[in-house]
Amino acid sequence: MKKTYINGVGCISTQKTFDTVFLEEAVVNHNENVLAIVSPAYKDYISPAASRRMAKGVKNGIVASALAMKDANVESVDAIITGTGLGCIEDSEKFLKSILDNKEEFLTPTSFIQSTHNTVGAQIALLQQCKGYNFTYVNGAVSFESALLDAKMQIEEDEANSILVGGVDENGDYTTALFKLNGRIKKDNSAPYDVLTSTTSGAVYGEGASFFVLENERKENTYAELLDIAIVNTLEVNEVETEIKSFLKSNNLEILDVDALILGFDGNASFENYYKNLAENSFSKTPVLYYKHLSGEYDTASAFAFWMASKILKTQEIPEIIKVNSVTKPVYKTILLYNQLNGKNHSFTLLSK
Amino acid sequence: MAKGVAITGMGIISAIGNSVEENFYSLIENKIGISRISNISTVHADVIKVGEIKKTNDELISELKLNDDNNFSRTAMIGTLAAKQAVENAGITNINEFRTGLISATSVGGMDMTEKHYYDYFEKPELVKYITCHDGGDVADKIAEELGLKGMVSTISTACSSAANSIMLGARLIKTGKLDRVIVGGADALSKFTINGFKTLMILSDDYNKPFDNNRKGLNLGEAAAFLVLESDEIVTKQNKKVLARVSGYGNANDAYHQTASSENGDGAYLAMKKAFQVSGLKPSEIDYINVHGTATPNNDLSEGRALRRIYEDEKVPDFSSTKPFTGHTLAAAAAIEAVYSVLAIQNNMVYPNLNFETQMEEFDLTPQTTLKNKNIEHVLSNSFGFGGNCSTLIFSKS
Repeated sequence: MKKTYINGVGCISTQKTFDTVFLEEAVVNHNENVLAIVSPAYKDYISPAASRRMAKGVKNGIVASALAMKDANVESVDAIITGTGLGCIEDSEKFLKSILDNKEEFLTPTSFIQSTHNTVGAQIALLQQCKGYNFTYVNGAVSFESALLDAKMQIEEDEANSILVGGVDENGDYTTALFKLNGRIKKDNSAPYDVLTSTTSGAVYGEGASFFVLENERKENTYAELLDIAIVNTLEVNEVETEIKSFLKSNNLEILDVDALILGFDGNASFENYYKNLAENSFSKTPVLYYKHLSGEYDTASAFAFWMASKILKTQEIPEIIKVNSVTKPVYKTILLYNQLNGKNHSFTLLSK
Repeated sequence: MAKGVAITGMGIISAIGNSVEENFYSLIENKIGISRISNISTVHADVIKVGEIKKTNDELISELKLNDDNNFSRTAMIGTLAAKQAVENAGITNINEFRTGLISATSVGGMDMTEKHYYDYFEKPELVKYITCHDGGDVADKIAEELGLKGMVSTISTACSSAANSIMLGARLIKTGKLDRVIVGGADALSKFTINGFKTLMILSDDYNKPFDNNRKGLNLGEAAAFLVLESDEIVTKQNKKVLARVSGYGNANDAYHQTASSENGDGAYLAMKKAFQVSGLKPSEIDYINVHGTATPNNDLSEGRALRRIYEDEKVPDFSSTKPFTGHTLAAAAAIEAVYSVLAIQNNMVYPNLNFETQMEEFDLTPQTTLKNKNIEHVLSNSFGFGGNCSTLIFSKS
């Protein structure tokens, strides 16, 4: 069975995560409940004419995947696997609004064409002329992990040597307003929006695109090995530790072997116990890290955490800005990621140096 | 792949029936499900024909015994109905007894609710519960909850090939030993969003769709849900389970040609079929029936036909038909309902008619099977292609 290595990364996020080393320019947000991406110079990657027609998520996906491929020093891949929670939501909003506003008359197809969830993966394939395997996963908070799991299976089974895998989501104005209405996003005008000390429900929302080149061989520029991924739909707070133990055990590891735990703390007080319980008990002697105060919460925010974990394993450094506790380790060899949303769609991802 | 992954249960709801039996009966009795639209109010109602499930949302709610405060989209309701049938058909009583997963497929999630309530959410607090329905994973999450399934749940959205990919992933999850049992399929309810989207692309027919006919005018949209239960051979042996058929081959490729159009020579389709043959170890000549994607759009049938010609080269293309004149094109669910039809073809040794066909296409010498045909069927190939160049092929074999 072939092993899976992360050989290239590309991240467009609400922080400056391109043309930087590792979060040295990151800024913690306290004032906004919806964060927007820091835009790259699209014209370096996409012709202005094409760029004008493209959805935001498509553009970010194209740039992030180009960054990852350049970083991995590969010109082509065998497969493209994408995860997205809401797809190109801005175009969905645009098409739906024109249907409703114009009573189903005078419609043009552009926004409909762009609205399908697989647009990002399709556009990357089209640009690269990649005729290989192409999947898009759309299962909320485990969309990116589904893509990762699929990619790992492809490499294990020798179905592909190199795979571009990524998570991408974009904010749409109307959907953002709806999420404020139903409590998914924290209320307006209730700053400071702090993640770890929050006592209110809902999260500060964000958007982004993170892509990775996974390959079946270790190279000089390898960031880490992707050891395993587990996706579990339903778990109670008190079942998580047992799940983690058995997940680690199936990889011949135990809790003490984990050199850093990256948790999906998003300031939603109603479900923070899933994370707090781990941080304060079984992992109290482990460096515990968080990221949604930087990336914002969105369905594929965990891809940002995957980017962080890759960076930590390669640089062996943990920026202060992502630390939940003050525990440190001399060497960072094994990192575990855990994320969930509203007690559903739990994911466990294990990487090693 | 040695003998493929076992299919031990199936469930389906479509315009031609609310169960596997009803669907099969309609297929062999030429009972089509295409009609005028009645559940959605649209300005196109007098122009388009659709394959609609003849049940209102209220009827579906009472059939599923959902509480008044439920927030099920129509898509989630038909998906749950089909998945429950499949689980029951497979004789599963304890869903979490083995490592069990659910892989669903959708094109627009709970768009049917989003579009109905979009502008009312801010005025009517009682509707706010439907906002989360829009999420692509909402249908799978709800099905999992209704089944009591706690393990791996995911959803694939690759437009009209989505369910083929969920079946493919399920087979691979079992083959690699990651799961013991996977419920795979897809659900898509009709929505104004989709109707108008296809309308703007000018690929909706105002008549009954005629796949592979020279004078085809486009597709009829449909709605459906279907799920199949895939199980490992260990479970099959241990529980002495009846195997309905096997998933023996699968292939996925991207046409990388255009966001919504297929390439003229059907590159993606050709590659998907080729890969499926490689996985199954079968030769093209061993296929007894091809359930073509056959949407009856000028573009799809030309591209798919060319791909078939390329696969079969100088050989005769086996009996083939599109079942979309019965059901309409059910988008993300299409490959799942056609998987059920493929298994039924194997079980009953039948090739379904490609209805409405009159004139052979001028581009090639391909004539679909136009009447119901009895013959031994060992292997069925089923194609599904989607926007974004997503092309998928599945091969089903007699167990």
